[in-house]
Order: sequence, then C-alpha cells, then structure tokens
Amino acid sequence: MSMTTPQSEYSPSRKDLLSQNLRRWIKSFDIKGVVYPLLGIVIFCLLWSLAASRIDTSLGQFPGPSQVYSQALVLVDEHQAERVKETAFYQRQEIRNAKKLAENPDANTKIRQYTGKETFFEQIVTSLKTVLFGFIVASVIAIPAGIACGLSDGVYKAMNPLIQIFKPVSPLAWLPLITMVVSATYISESPFFEKSFLVSAFTVSLCCLWPTLINTAVGVANVDKDLLNVSRVIKLPATTHIRKIILPASVPMIFTGLRLSLATGWMVLIAAEMLSQNPGLGKFVWDEFQNGSSSSLARIMVAVVVIGLLGFALDRLILVLQKTVSWDKLAVLR
Amino acid sequence: MYLSSNKQHSVANILSALGIGIVVALSSVNAFAELGEPEKDELTFGFIKLTDMAPIAIAYENGYFEDEGLYVTIEAQANWKVLLDGVIDGQLDGAHMLAGQPLAATIGYGTKAHIVTPFSMDLNGNGITVSNDIWEQMKEYVPTKNGKPVHPIKADYLKPVVESMADRGEAFKMGMVFPVSTHNYELRYWLAAGNIHPGYYAPHKGDTTGTIDAQALLSVTPPPQMPSTLEAGTIHGYCVGEPWNQQAVFKGIGVPVITDYEIWKNNPEKVFGMTKEFTEKYPNTTARVVKALIRAGKWLDADNNANRPAAVKILAQSNYVGADYEVIANSMTGTFEYQKGDRREVPDFNVFFRYNATYPYYSDAIWYLTQMRRWGQISEPKSDDWYKKVAADVYKPKIYAIAAKELIAEGLLEASEFPDFDTESGFKPEQTEFIDGISYDGSKPNAYLEKFKIGLKQDVL
Repeated sequence: MSMTTPQSEYSPSRKDLLSQNLRRWIKSFDIKGVVYPLLGIVIFCLLWSLAASRIDTSLGQFPGPSQVYSQALVLVDEHQAERVKETAFYQRQEIRNAKKLAENPDANTKIRQYTGKETFFEQIVTSLKTVLFGFIVASVIAIPAGIACGLSDGVYKAMNPLIQIFKPVSPLAWLPLITMVVSATYISESPFFEKSFLVSAFTVSLCCLWPTLINTAVGVANVDKDLLNVSRVIKLPATTHIRKIILPASVPMIFTGLRLSLATGWMVLIAAEMLSQNPGLGKFVWDEFQNGSSSSLARIMVAVVVIGLLGFALDRLILVLQKTVSWDKLAVLR
Repeated sequence: MYLSSNKQHSVANILSALGIGIVVALSSVNAFAELGEPEKDELTFGFIKLTDMAPIAIAYENGYFEDEGLYVTIEAQANWKVLLDGVIDGQLDGAHMLAGQPLAATIGYGTKAHIVTPFSMDLNGNGITVSNDIWEQMKEYVPTKNGKPVHPIKADYLKPVVESMADRGEAFKMGMVFPVSTHNYELRYWLAAGNIHPGYYAPHKGDTTGTIDAQALLSVTPPPQMPSTLEAGTIHGYCVGEPWNQQAVFKGIGVPVITDYEIWKNNPEKVFGMTKEFTEKYPNTTARVVKALIRAGKWLDADNNANRPAAVKILAQSNYVGADYEVIANSMTGTFEYQKGDRREVPDFNVFFRYNATYPYYSDAIWYLTQMRRWGQISEPKSDDWYKKVAADVYKPKIYAIAAKELIAEGLLEASEFPDFDTESGFKPEQTEFIDGISYDGSKPNAYLEKFKIGLKQDVL
C-alpha cells in the first residue's frame, strides 16, 4: 500500500495504522449482509402499520408495530409485578409459619410454591422445555431406528408401510388419545412431571419422529461405497463400523432430519397447547383470544413474534450442534 | 433394624395423635367446635371466564384463602366439559360450576360422578342476546314507551321472526353454554314462555342434541366464544353470563334483549362444585374453602356494591376474565346496557351475598331437576321423593352451616346475615316472580311440571 512505499519518509504513525485497520475492518464487513436484512424489516414494519391501520376488527384496530411494542413492555411490567407479589407471598408464609411454630413448636410447617399466575415469560420457558423434551425423546427413538432401516433392507421394508401411514397424520389427531393414555397410565402421588407437560411433549415427539427417522435412514443407506469397502477390508466389528463409519458419514442427513423435526415440533406444540389448554405460549394466545379485550390482539401479536424468534433460535441451536459433532468442519451449513 | 425403627415411629404417631385428640377435645369444650388444620392445603380451582367467578378471585386476591391456611392456584378452563372432567379426575380440587353440573353428574346424565356443592356462588347474572339482524326484525313487534322498548321483552315478539324464517326454510339457531347449564334452561324457559318450542332431549334413544320438535335449534358454544360465533353468523343469538352480552354491545354485533333477572327474579346461578370423595376425605379443607368464599361473597356485596369497582379491576386481569374494564364494569356495578346507549339500572344483576345467595337451597336444586325432566334430559317421570333425595345428595347446607358458624364465632360475620340454621328447611317459600307468571314450590316438583304448556309431564318420548 502507498503508506509503505519507499518514498514515504515517515514510518506509519499509530494513527495511520489505526485508521487503516478501521478501513480494512469496514471493508471486510459484509454491508449487504446487515443493511439488506434491516431494510427488509423496516419495509415490512411500514407495510404492516399501513395495513393494520386499515383493518378494523370487533376488538378495535388491528395492532401495528408500535402497539405491539408497547404491549411487550406491558408484559414485562406484568412479569415484574408478579415477582413482587411472589416475594410478598413467601414473606406472608414465613410469618404465618413462625406464628404457627410459636403456638405449637411441633407444628408441621413447610414453604409452598407460589400460587400466582404464570407470566408470559414463564410460559415461554414452559414451551421451550416441553418442545426440547419431546424432541429429545423422539430423537432417541428415531436415530437408532433410522440407522437400523438404513443398514438393513429387510428392516426398512418392514417399517416403511408404518412410516408412510403415520407420517402424514397430524399429531393433533393423536392429542385426545395421548391425553387419555397419559392420565390413565401416569399416576403417582408426587409426580415429577405435570400430566399436561407430558401430553404436550409426547404430541411433539410424535411429529418429531418421522423427519429424523426418514432422513437418518436415507443418510445411512447412501454412505459412500468406498468407506463401506474400507470397513469391510479391515473387518471392523459392527459397533465400531456404526460408530466410526456410518454415523460420521451420515451426520449431515441426520441433522437435516433433526432440524425439520424441531421446526415442525415447535409449530405443533403451539397448536397442541392451544387445543388442550396446557401451559405454554399456545395457551397464552388462546387465553388472550378468549379475553377479547382491546389489547388482546396486540398481546397475541407479541406472542407471534416471540414464537417466530424462538423457532429461529432453536434452528440455529441445532446448526451449532451440528458444527460441533460434524467431522467436516469446513462444510457450508445453511 | 428398619422395621423396629418404623415401629417406634408408629407408636410415636399414635401417642401424638392421642395428644392432638386430647387438645382438640379440650379446646372444643372451652369454646365452640373449632375447625382443625386443613388436611390438604395446596389446592387448584378451575373456572370459566365469566364475571360470576368473582368470589374465587376475590378470596384469593384478598387473602381469604391464605387466612384459612390454604394455598390455592386458580386456573381458567377451556369449557365446562373440560372443567367437570378436571374435577372428576382430580386435576382440580374444586371449581366454579353450573348449578346443573353437579346434579347431572350425580344422576348420571353425561359423565357420571358424585359431585356435591356446599356453596352457591351467586344469583342472576345472565342475559340473552340476539344478532343485530334478528333485532331489526323483531323490533317492530316490541312495544315502546318514550321511544325505548318496554322491558321485559318476551319471546312472543321473537316468534313471528322465527316463523318467517321457517317459511323461508331457514333454521333459527341459538347458542347456550352447556346442555345442563342454567343458560340452557333459562333460554328454553324464555322461548317456551313465548310459545317457541326449544326441543326435547331423548337420552334413552341416544338423542342428546335436544332438538326433537324444536322451532329453535340450540347448540353448545363456550362462553368466551359466543360473540365471535354470533359475529360469524353461525348462531342468531345466545344466552350466556357476563361479560359476553355486554361484549356484543361494545363490539356492535348484537343486542341483549333480556336478563335472567327478568325471566326469574333472583334465580340461583353458579355453584362451587367438589367431588363427594374430596369433601369426605378433607372435611376441614372443605369447610375452610367455604369460609373463604363466604367472606368473598360478603365483600363483593358490602355497602351496596361499594367494592365492585375494585372487584372489576381484579377481574379485568388477563388471568381472570380478562375483558376490558368498561365491559365488565357495566353489569358488575349494577347497570346493564341493552341497545347501545340504552343503559338501565339493574342493581341486583349480580348478587353474591344478599338474599342468602350463597346458601345451597334444596329448592334451587329441585328447580334444575324439574327443568331436566321438562326437556327430557331425565327421560322418565320421577316421584317427588326422588327429587328431594337427589337434592339432598348434592346440595350440602350442613357443610355451609359449619363454615358460617365458624365465621360468626370469629366475629367476621353476624348470625343475622345467614339463614337461621336451626329452623331452615332448605326450601324457599313459593316463588312467583317468573316471566310467565307460573309459581314454583320446590316441595311439589311434579305439580309444578303440570303447569307448563310446553314440556314433558308424565309422558315418555
């Protein structure tokens, strides 16, 4: 560069170096990658608020971005107010317990869980826990089953009709059956899981099963012949064969399946929660719809945005996971 | 080793139980029968988003449950069926219920389970709303005074509209909230009083739609969905509790024509239902729940509804009823808006305590049973004694009396605020204030059924 040419009498000053680095940094920065998405969001918000101002529902005007933002703040406030109430609840309990002990030193006292409502943010956490639990259960079943199908043509032919029949069934059709089965079979005095949690989670599992199973089977069946031949030549035992050859080679396909599974699982969970009134974001949406207050639509819209953001985040999570387990660290992942 | 320590434990248990027994015996001698600690103190109660769930919300928010050592979680339910199933399978310890639900469950109409109620939650509180279109058509038949319709508006004025729809081959459809709901019986009562046949049930033939011979087809819609179902045109009107009638006015999609106060003055509405098993297994808890609810009812009605605005503010929270403050306030603070702008005083629209509203009268139970019989939900005629026996199986004034006496002893309420428990028979004197002028004496259910022009009597469909 010009600064380092022999004509220059001065060695580059610190300042020059800094500005040079800055310029290089800005150049390296993918402007299109930042400006365009931002532009897209801004245009979307403009169109949204334009359209919203023209839609009059019986619950008032359709909420635009600003109403949604202010309701999001209200939801944060409500969460904080609930925490204050919670502290007061525990304090009252302590006083009451102390009084009880003063009257009768042998009295049986304990601290009970807070009984107030679940706030929006607690419902988000509930939904995330549910979808992850359901997803993990499904993956634990689907990946080994998929490997079995991929390795053995017989197993594949036996399983295929079942997969084809159950794959297109909406898991919501299973929901009533799952509800009844869980409430009939899961009986314990102090249950570790809430029944409603299990119902939602198993519904999610049912729909997470298929994409992972099919993709794993395809991935395993299409492992490079050379790799298989190598394995055969050095006479790898079956478990090592799967661990060292099959799994690493089919990781991309398995993860494609997992991402599809998690995405549908997340969609189905919201619907299942709405339908069965199980705690979570779906219930939040349904409750607000039933409330029918003038701020209900804006609050539902907050939930819609949050559901979208979380779905996106879950997808990224699987990508990160794939990067860490994949043997080919240079593979381009989208 | 393990066994012997276990044995020691059980001996200690027996000794301590004896000790407690002696303490209880002593304390009961020196004063009144003091209620023991609640056997179960972490409870979950269900409700439907209606303003008459208020006693539960108030008992929670004002700390009445906690005063009784109860830690209660309150959960909104999707519809009455889900709520009842929740109570039956134990997910809910108790719930805000339709008066007909414990009765129907106990006699096995619908889901069979022995549900009881020690506490009646309120009087009145429902309304019948028709769509703007129907109102325009029936308006010409409604008499007016000073340019405003004369209330109560009878179904007689609706009849020509229903008939002309029938001539065009259209069905007149209305929504109510549950087959054994107060709303179903009130809507049927109003329609039948105006000579519109609401249809019979015939469960022994497997017909539970309730549309045999019907001129008006009634179907079930959960309360919070009533306004949107009306707006969608699926139904032409509905009978529901508040705030869903006022919601129709605010949304400009329908006109409330009559309140149930005008159909039957001070009619019993919701009850607090629990399984019989629960009340027997946890008697102290049950009595303490009733104590907290009585205090909540009293607070809601105190000083001529002075606390109602505060109550409305609580109910408007999204975890309770969640509708806008103004919508809930309309009926809860003693006014009711019929047509937009036609706001009238109805101070007794929601009664939570006055007129012994919370006492579980046998005669109230029997009225619901007579209506179940009238419309064929009870398929065969029954004896007067049968009605009384079912009422006594389900309504539990004894538990109520234990709770009330406790409150009197604690100085929280006066004895004069309750019926005289020594003489109260559980039957209200003959009631006359029905829209069709027919009087009701709870001790003679069969004679009462004979008085109706439309309705089953000794016959079987």
